[in-house]
Amino acid sequence: MDVTSATTPLVRLSGVNKHFGDLHVLRDIDLEVDKGEVLVVIGPSGSGKSTLCRAINRLEPIDSGTIELDGEPLPQEGKALARLRSDVGMVFQSFNLFAHKTVLENVTLGPVKVRRTKKADAREEALTLLDRVGVKDQADKLPAQLSGGQQQRVAIARALAMHPKVILFDEPTSALDPEMVGEVLDVMVGLARDGMTMVVVTHEMGFARKAANRVVFMADGRLVEQATPEEFFTNPQSTRAKDFLSKILPH
Amino acid sequence: MRSDGFVSQFADLFDEYDVLGAFWVNIQLTLWSALFAGILGTILALFRISPIPSLRWAGTAYVNIFRNTPLTIIMVLLSLGVWTQLGVQLSGDFTTNFFRFGVVGLSVYTASFVCESIRSGVNTVPIGQAEAARSIGLSFLPAARLIILPQAFRGSIAPLGSTLIALTKNSTVASVVGVSTETSGLLKTMLEFHSSLLVAIFLTFALGYVILVIPVGIATTALSRRLAVKR
Repeated sequence: MDVTSATTPLVRLSGVNKHFGDLHVLRDIDLEVDKGEVLVVIGPSGSGKSTLCRAINRLEPIDSGTIELDGEPLPQEGKALARLRSDVGMVFQSFNLFAHKTVLENVTLGPVKVRRTKKADAREEALTLLDRVGVKDQADKLPAQLSGGQQQRVAIARALAMHPKVILFDEPTSALDPEMVGEVLDVMVGLARDGMTMVVVTHEMGFARKAANRVVFMADGRLVEQATPEEFFTNPQSTRAKDFLSKILPH
Repeated sequence: MRSDGFVSQFADLFDEYDVLGAFWVNIQLTLWSALFAGILGTILALFRISPIPSLRWAGTAYVNIFRNTPLTIIMVLLSLGVWTQLGVQLSGDFTTNFFRFGVVGLSVYTASFVCESIRSGVNTVPIGQAEAARSIGLSFLPAARLIILPQAFRGSIAPLGSTLIALTKNSTVASVVGVSTETSGLLKTMLEFHSSLLVAIFLTFALGYVILVIPVGIATTALSRRLAVKR
């Protein structure tokens, strides 16, 4: 396949299976993400794409198979797992900003408590990051005082502050009012241009077209199809993908 | 003249007996026990939400045992079992020894309620907060200390206030381990020697507790409103 490179992939899943009770949510998933690649995962709801995303930093433990980050398998528990997670950014559908901390504290907490960065340095970098995502003037507010779009941009800044190797986006715009989707996607497109490795679970086809290197289509817990965005949207191969696209693209 | 006699008799009681001093003993019992029960209860709550099954089991076992045992029985066990039978002494001085046993009994009992109050507070913190804490690389203890517990405490102020009120009143059970200077002991003595003033004496003590406890209720209601985490 032309999308794989000769170097070690940054994220590698092989033979990954996961059940929720009787439901087989991930079936024999093999997937590699290269450094600097922007991978968009799309598919109907319940197809397992969020679970796949959450499995990469072990917020969901898997039943079988292996997940490697930078050539190292995911640790099971404890300090080693925490260390790995500090290298994997995560942006959630519901933002999950720390509700009792200010915007600035949300961004500096990881660097100060996990990376042991000096407070002053962390603060300076946090302000730069908040500026980059366009919410610097909100730094001293609490998350509840911000709009959804602003909160999600703070969440992206919080992930960036850890200097992660890869950032996972779990439906980052699904909980937003329509008029706020654009401001979050703009930040994400900017990250993609700067060469950040990203795994993005989304329903935003516009983002997939504009920023993705590769689109993965999931259905019923399987990776059904993967291709460049151009190929996928103009010439999907599987009937599942054709069916899915025919339902969403006309709108 | 009769009413004058009643009033002066009643007033004389306060010269004869140290009523305020007795309340002060109960306040001290309450404050020390609140401190230790707070610490122990928080540790137990951490046990109960920890990822380690054996710690969760230990926390649950503790709560089930101490929450379901009557306080009087815990006190009797401390007094007859731990002190008399096992010969454990917490101080060479008799009064201090009994006082400390009282604090131990109240603390181990109240800790189970503190634990459950905090756990109910933990349930008010959305799961996404813990997931976000874990995904920036915080392990269980730092995530609990920095993210979960601060929000959980704010959500558990009201039940913690009720627990403190119950503790204040429960402090009278310390008489069972020999704390003889506290209010319920004094009440019994006063009633024994001044049965003609039964109602007045009873109301005095009841009013004393009302005065102690009502501010706790008002304060915790106000605090829980002011400190509530906005989402």
